[in-house]
Amino acid sequence: MNSMTSDGYITADGRQIGGKLMELKNITLRFGGVVAIKDISFDIRQGEIRAIIGPNGAGKSSMLNVVSGFYHPQDGEVWFKGSRRQPMKPHQVAGHGVARTFQNIALFDGMSVLDNIMTGRLNKMKAGFLSQAIWWGKAEREENENRAVVEQIIDFLEIQNIRKTPVGRLPYGLKKRVELARALAAEPQLLLLDEPMAGMNVEEKEDMSRFILDVNDEFGTTICLIEHDMGVVMDLSDRVVVMDYGRKIGDGTPDEVRNNQQVIDAYLGVAHD
Amino acid sequence: MLYREAGDFKTSYRDDSQTFPIKLERWGYYAVVAVAFGIVPFVINDYWASAVLVPFLIYAIAAIGLNVLTGYAGQVSLGTGGFMAVGAYAVYKLMTAFPDVSLLIHVVLAGAITAVVGVLFGLPSLRIKGFYLAVATLAAQFFLVWLFNKVPWFYNYSASGQITAPTRTFMEQAISGPAASASAKYLVCLVFAFLVAWMARNLTRGSIGRRWMAIRDMDIAAEIIGVNPLTAKLSAFAVSSFFIGIAGALLFSVYLGAAEVGEAFGINKSFLVLFMIIIGGLGSIFGSFAGAAFLVLLPVLLKNLLVGNLGWPTDLAAHIELMIVGALIVTFLIVEPHGLARLWSLTKEKLRLWPFPH
Repeated sequence: MNSMTSDGYITADGRQIGGKLMELKNITLRFGGVVAIKDISFDIRQGEIRAIIGPNGAGKSSMLNVVSGFYHPQDGEVWFKGSRRQPMKPHQVAGHGVARTFQNIALFDGMSVLDNIMTGRLNKMKAGFLSQAIWWGKAEREENENRAVVEQIIDFLEIQNIRKTPVGRLPYGLKKRVELARALAAEPQLLLLDEPMAGMNVEEKEDMSRFILDVNDEFGTTICLIEHDMGVVMDLSDRVVVMDYGRKIGDGTPDEVRNNQQVIDAYLGVAHD
Repeated sequence: MLYREAGDFKTSYRDDSQTFPIKLERWGYYAVVAVAFGIVPFVINDYWASAVLVPFLIYAIAAIGLNVLTGYAGQVSLGTGGFMAVGAYAVYKLMTAFPDVSLLIHVVLAGAITAVVGVLFGLPSLRIKGFYLAVATLAAQFFLVWLFNKVPWFYNYSASGQITAPTRTFMEQAISGPAASASAKYLVCLVFAFLVAWMARNLTRGSIGRRWMAIRDMDIAAEIIGVNPLTAKLSAFAVSSFFIGIAGALLFSVYLGAAEVGEAFGINKSFLVLFMIIIGGLGSIFGSFAGAAFLVLLPVLLKNLLVGNLGWPTDLAAHIELMIVGALIVTFLIVEPHGLARLWSLTKEKLRLWPFPH
């Protein structure tokens, strides 16, 4: 059992987890008459790998969209880095240190791998219009500086050999990796992964798991992920939120969740009488 | 055997991201520029200037403009003719109002005015996409042509409703009007085409270009990584209209000399430039040149072949020419829907390995 304190805890494998990076308080999200998320509260702590699981249609992706700031919940508060987050436009989210990948790959098919990852750094590129038009001064300088950062990520994820390949030509597993690279290029404090292993074979899953752990370990990035592969979730994550029909039915370490009667009922079904 | 990356090592990111990374290609580019600036102006005659090179360069500018908007930013536009008309009428008003200022400055200003108009008509793109946007820009096309026909102020109350370019000089050489020499016209258009292509390339390789392409390929993902769709789309409209305005200004002042809006800048122009970028290749500067060359040169070639060599009557040749060009476009789109630019890059990929099969 972990010793939980207000400013962090030690994980089963001995990593120190910090204070609250994000806290969601009593979130309710409705689409017209449909209640997608009902009164959910949980927190994401500095440096941890947090998983959200649940059966299909439980509201996991909606939850991730609330965390990323893409959806604005009707009720509840989102606290990020110690202050309450105001509703904002989708394109402003990235500037606040949140990056994400998508359930269905959302890469830019017409661009090369390198260009795709460079788009992750758009928020850091401030060169003016004229400087870019004549490619002089700041535009060229910042292009090369950001390229250097992107090359580190390319090394890290071992995709050097495909950096100039158009993304449309890549196999599925590599596309997922490029998408992770693009999210990492923004140097996020909180990285959201929507089903990073969906549709992968065992080997690709192992690779991706290793990369997720490495990212967390080397960059200290806080990660929140949705995943259906229970083996992966239980191995990777420090704490797990379980959702069903828009409600939270469990929250805790993988072991606690695994033995939670409500969670077992949600996954295996329960006799109604 | 010469077209190789091997041995051509790049030791900086600057070298690695240059426009022509392969030595042979780089030298080829230098050679083309040298010939275009250093040799052609001395050997050009009136026929080559007015039938081939000047319209090719002007349409290449327009094609680059539309390619920025449609090929890079993914916003379909059928308003090219209308925006070219804005450039033409702007330069006409500027030329007649400020006769002492150089025409070259007027052309740039006309581009800037067109950019403002383009942004205005680009506003619907924030709400609508695809075919619906195409229809919205079609409205721009018809409205602008109607406006320039209807308001006499734009054509300085001339009796014919036409606008006529007065003679303007640059360094004592006439560059517009009837006195302009073939090489002067050619050089003016060449300088603008060169600068526009160079600027377009710079813009599309950097962060602005990536914003445009991100919006084109997947707008929701683009927003999530921090691209503001408002500025991305409107900047694409502005840059695109700026280039198209320059093309329209040059077409009127340097090439045509006199123009009537419905005839010179009608919907046909919009389609012509759109065909150019589709045939040349969407999202490619080279493709813009290739497409413009294809659609300007092909009719000239066919006319020379049918009338000159085979001795057919001109009217018959003109009709056959239309049919052949049409058939070629259809064939082209079936065989290589990504245009001449893709064909060119496939050739280059093959060349890298040639003569070895693997």
